Amino acid sequence: MIVNPETIPSRPAPASRRGIIGWLRANLFSSPLNSLLSLSGLIFLAWALPPVVQWVFLEANFLGENKDACTSEGACWVFVSARFQQFLYGFYPDTELWRVNLFFFEMAAVLTWVLWDKMPKRLWGGIWFLTGFPLTSFFLLYGGFGLETVETHKWGGLMLTLVLSLVGMVIALPVGILLALGRRSDMPAISSFCTVFIELWRGVPLITILFMASVMLPLFVPGDIELDKLIRAMIGISLFEAALIAEVIRGGLQAMPKGQYEAADAMGLTYWQGMRQIIMPQVLKISIPGIVNTFVQLFKDTSLVLIIGLFDLLAVMQAGIADVNWPNVAIEGFVFTGFVFWLFCFGISRYSQLLERKLDTGHKS
Amino acid sequence: MKKLLQLAGATLVLAATADLAQAATLDTVKERGYLQCGVSTGVPGFSNPDDKGNWTGIDVDVCRAMAAAALGDAAKVKYVPLTAKERFTALQSGEIDVLSRNTTWTQTRDTSLGLNFVGVNYYDGQGFMVNKNLGVKSALELDGATVCIQAGTTTELNLADYFRENDMTFQPVVFDTSAQSIQSFETGRCDVLTSDQSQLYALRTKLAKPSDAVVLPEVISKEPLGPVVRQGDDQWLNIAKWSLYALINAEELGLNSSNIDSKAKSKDPAISRFLGKTGTGGKGLALPDDFAYQVIKQVGSYDEVFERNIGSKSPLLIERGINALWTDGGIVYAPPFR
Repeated sequence: MIVNPETIPSRPAPASRRGIIGWLRANLFSSPLNSLLSLSGLIFLAWALPPVVQWVFLEANFLGENKDACTSEGACWVFVSARFQQFLYGFYPDTELWRVNLFFFEMAAVLTWVLWDKMPKRLWGGIWFLTGFPLTSFFLLYGGFGLETVETHKWGGLMLTLVLSLVGMVIALPVGILLALGRRSDMPAISSFCTVFIELWRGVPLITILFMASVMLPLFVPGDIELDKLIRAMIGISLFEAALIAEVIRGGLQAMPKGQYEAADAMGLTYWQGMRQIIMPQVLKISIPGIVNTFVQLFKDTSLVLIIGLFDLLAVMQAGIADVNWPNVAIEGFVFTGFVFWLFCFGISRYSQLLERKLDTGHKS
Repeated sequence: MKKLLQLAGATLVLAATADLAQAATLDTVKERGYLQCGVSTGVPGFSNPDDKGNWTGIDVDVCRAMAAAALGDAAKVKYVPLTAKERFTALQSGEIDVLSRNTTWTQTRDTSLGLNFVGVNYYDGQGFMVNKNLGVKSALELDGATVCIQAGTTTELNLADYFRENDMTFQPVVFDTSAQSIQSFETGRCDVLTSDQSQLYALRTKLAKPSDAVVLPEVISKEPLGPVVRQGDDQWLNIAKWSLYALINAEELGLNSSNIDSKAKSKDPAISRFLGKTGTGGKGLALPDDFAYQVIKQVGSYDEVFERNIGSKSPLLIERGINALWTDGGIVYAPPFR
């Protein structure tokens, strides 16, 4: 009997199963059909990518002041850089730009505080996000306490887009939760009010709401009450999104097994205690994809304010491409704006996926 | 339904304007310290923000002229960008003091909205743009052409009327935005692009070789564009009118922003009346006597305003045409200062 006292040393996997070749075999050429699809995909890329890269980078003009700098065939990014201040801040006065920058900074800081789980005292962060942050932002951006007033018609660009969507999100989530709870309430008055509210706001296009807010509303209110156009738009967007969020949350509420509600009752918790401690944490967790979807939608929907004459990022860009001092830079403008929107939406969705993985308690199969 | 809504709107407007009319706009503006001017969200040459975010254009200059007349400072204007649909409401509800937003003066608008048109600062009209190498010299040679139209009912209707009147046929290609229509024009999807002439000139600058396209001489619709104010405040209407007339009269008198100080010494009675040294000055308008001087010094004559924003000194290169003074064969005419 031959006994080999040594363990056989482990050998690397065959060449066809590792490295680039292995990866290719596993992912791109695992079957004839997949090989065909991969090949056609590669051919498409080889056909489509070079002209795009050439237009966006290789033949593009980046530096300069005006249209004279756009000499080559490629994209004229000079247009974007020349108007960059407008894209970011709209018509905010030059000397006051630091206020918007401070707002951007505070927003980034608060969001990191609230959203990153390694930060200390995140509850306080959340409270600041809902109370102090809106207040300080208002005074920073609008003025007060010795700061010069900057009227909202000078707001614009990315800043306006962010303000609109932040306000929308911050108001829509709590209002939406209340509406969803109200709609499932046993009290007929509350439940019918919430149902009518949700169905009414959800049933009209956002454009209609914005039009109503900007064109009809001023005619209904007495002349001496002048509600700012931006505020009207914010209210419209927030309530519209609240109705959407309410339905997302209601879906989550209905997905909860009845036992959870009964358990809360059996423990002697009041309605609100049970909701806060048992139901809502689970509901919010399973509703994350829906909520994030609504928020991403909201972020993009804010660009609809251009039809009521507010200069969000898209509208500022459109005013820019109409300028006769530039050649036809429509494509550059739309590509740039699209890229910025994509960056933000992609960021939101990546964060939500992270959140889903972190909160995963094994309900998923 | 639309009629009903308009009626409801108009009734509300009447109710709203009833109390607004009490407070004189001039006093409100003076108290506030600046003029609120409704402009477009970006019409090149008329009202458009430049790279630095300053509003420029021929419509913007009308507001600047009014601010110079009423407040003595052309910079004291707050621009409120408005879309075409909300412009009249904004004026009716008092959000703005004057609407200067390439608005066509029509009977309906003048008579049923509780608004008054001040005058005309640009005579526009629907025209045609073709590629030079097509060799077309007149719109009457366009039989059978493919025409790019921007969605907008009057443009389409005018076009159909014109072609029917002249026993010609055309193939319409309708687009939603100007960026799309100019792109198709450039790639040759249509032979002709039709829109208001001012817009055709603006779109022409977006072509790779603007000089390859020509705007044909035919104008098939009347689009007199001008500023608008609320009805019921005659003093404010007069201020708007005479700010505009000051621009036009200055050109007629040969005055402009650079020579006005030297010409002020001239003995020409028309000039000294214009500058308020003799004659009525600003008394009837409750303005300082030198209001016209301020307008010209700070904004310039109509000639300067035109050339700077849409004429030879701008990329639009619009010729004066019917917008020349009546003395030069155009129809721009203003009552005299006396």
